[in-house]
Amino acid sequence: MHTKTIAQLSQALGKGDISSEELTQQFLNRIELHDKELNSFITVTADLALTQARAADARRKSGEATPLTGVPLLHKDIFCSQGVKTTCGSKMLDNFISPYNATVVEKCNAAGMVMLGKANMDEFAMGSSNETSYYGPVKNPWDLAAVPGGSSGGSAAAVAARLTPIATGTDTGGSIRQPAALCGITGLKPTYGRVSRYGMIAFASSLDQAGPMAASAQDAAMLLNVMAGFDARDSTSVERDVPDYTVALDDSIAGLKIGLPKEYFGEGLDSDVAKVVDDAIKQYQALGAELVEISLPNSQLSVPVYYVVAPAECSSNLSRFDGVRFGYRCEDPKDLEDFYKRNRGEGFGSEVKRRIMIGTYALSAGYYDAYYLKAQQIRKLISEDFVQAFKKVDVIMGPTTPSVAFNIGEKVDDPITMYLSDVYTIATNLAGLPGMSIPAGFGNVSGKERPVGLQIIGNYFAEDKLLNVAHVYQQATDWHTKIPAAYS
Amino acid sequence: MPRVLGKPRFVLTSLFILQLQYAIKSVRINIMSLDKQDVVNIAHLARLSIDAQDIPNYVENLSSILDLVEQMNKVDTTGVQPMAHPLDEVQRLRVDKVTEENQRDLFQSTAPETEAGLYLVPKVIE
Repeated sequence: MHTKTIAQLSQALGKGDISSEELTQQFLNRIELHDKELNSFITVTADLALTQARAADARRKSGEATPLTGVPLLHKDIFCSQGVKTTCGSKMLDNFISPYNATVVEKCNAAGMVMLGKANMDEFAMGSSNETSYYGPVKNPWDLAAVPGGSSGGSAAAVAARLTPIATGTDTGGSIRQPAALCGITGLKPTYGRVSRYGMIAFASSLDQAGPMAASAQDAAMLLNVMAGFDARDSTSVERDVPDYTVALDDSIAGLKIGLPKEYFGEGLDSDVAKVVDDAIKQYQALGAELVEISLPNSQLSVPVYYVVAPAECSSNLSRFDGVRFGYRCEDPKDLEDFYKRNRGEGFGSEVKRRIMIGTYALSAGYYDAYYLKAQQIRKLISEDFVQAFKKVDVIMGPTTPSVAFNIGEKVDDPITMYLSDVYTIATNLAGLPGMSIPAGFGNVSGKERPVGLQIIGNYFAEDKLLNVAHVYQQATDWHTKIPAAYS
Repeated sequence: MPRVLGKPRFVLTSLFILQLQYAIKSVRINIMSLDKQDVVNIAHLARLSIDAQDIPNYVENLSSILDLVEQMNKVDTTGVQPMAHPLDEVQRLRVDKVTEENQRDLFQSTAPETEAGLYLVPKVIE
């Protein structure tokens, strides 16, 4: 059953071929068998999962099931889950049992989905390799020497190894798409505001967005149907109708105009990734799409802009972690100042501290204009580039990452090189646009295959178009069905 | 009217730009090479204790991040409206009415130390 998509699992549950309890137990067994090696879960909620599964079976019998009732999933540990440890990958929240549910968790529960556990992630979603997690690095199921990407690395690795049929993730600068690419799965970051951020631990509030991480575009569409929608409890949630994302999946893409930004194919792109992306684009041509060369001239500056905007917002958001009301508390503080400093200094890891300090500096008196204001102005220019591009094209395509997965430990001492692994994904967050990564082939590192992702960027609220474009490709190719041999 | 005042304003502007360039240069020197004391000051502002032995590493890392950020100065952003929100939306308002129930006991169940419904911290005033 673990090789089936959630579309297939939904059918099997509907026909009574398998109960949710049996299905859930199968995945719990796989987690038990494989996750010591992969470390993709921080918490496995076996008892809760089986309780939810039995409730789902009862609901199916009573005829009140939704398509995903009884389907297991994994939530990134950034989503608050009531009564369950919610750590955000940090020592700061190692003792935090959330008193409430994030809207995303609430919606998945309401649909009758079964939570298998909470996924490992970079600490407070700050990282591109899952190495900043307090709970240790996650390994890439395609090659245990490689990182799974980050920050949603646990979600990506668990889906790739089919320890869960589907997972949730969040994306601030590429944290859904980059790990999806490096683990060979399908990930979608929706338009900013499409999915509620309520109960999703905040990193950079003007960039954060949650989305599905799945084995196929069809599966991603089914989970997005559950996740998306207006939420009065999130002040930046968008009041706009949510379409059924599965309706347009099979639409023809004949005449689709694909923009290829020349900046995404230049220096810095590894040749094995370039080759796979070129082949994928040729496949789209064969499916009837037209290619249009475009330019996103300011996208080159997206990394510098991001490393002002994101740390500035993070330094403000993370000021709430002071050890007074919840979270880590130090031993024997001398006084109140020592108490705050040590709670935070001992509770946060070094990447989080770096970003808080950069943000604090950028927002400090005298520097605001040179950093934050300047970054917001260039953010506007980056966003305008996309507005111009979408006058000419329907979607934009390019590589998700400049290289395949790198080795664990390879970039951990060099933050800048690590930051540059998000060079193609960040601009989308700055503009607030939806973006996807789908598996399109493999590169090769010392004789082992490592996946390559094709990035597809759409116009605001064009998630249905992205999913359609991805699905049509997945109907014509089989990259998305590949599972690493050790887990197949 | 701007035409009439055009000339003197231009002189003022170029003087201002010269000053600004000088100011930016001096800020840049500050920006690009943080020293140990800067790191200690920033950590204090952010209320973060950091180990003395880690300071050189922070000096190096933070300076290299600021070097990266420095690339922003290549772009002329004169007159560009800063973008604070990706969708240019305005803040949604709600009716001024109490909608939250009191859940103090639930929320304090995760607190490190409480007494009589209050959060306890180290003594502030002797």
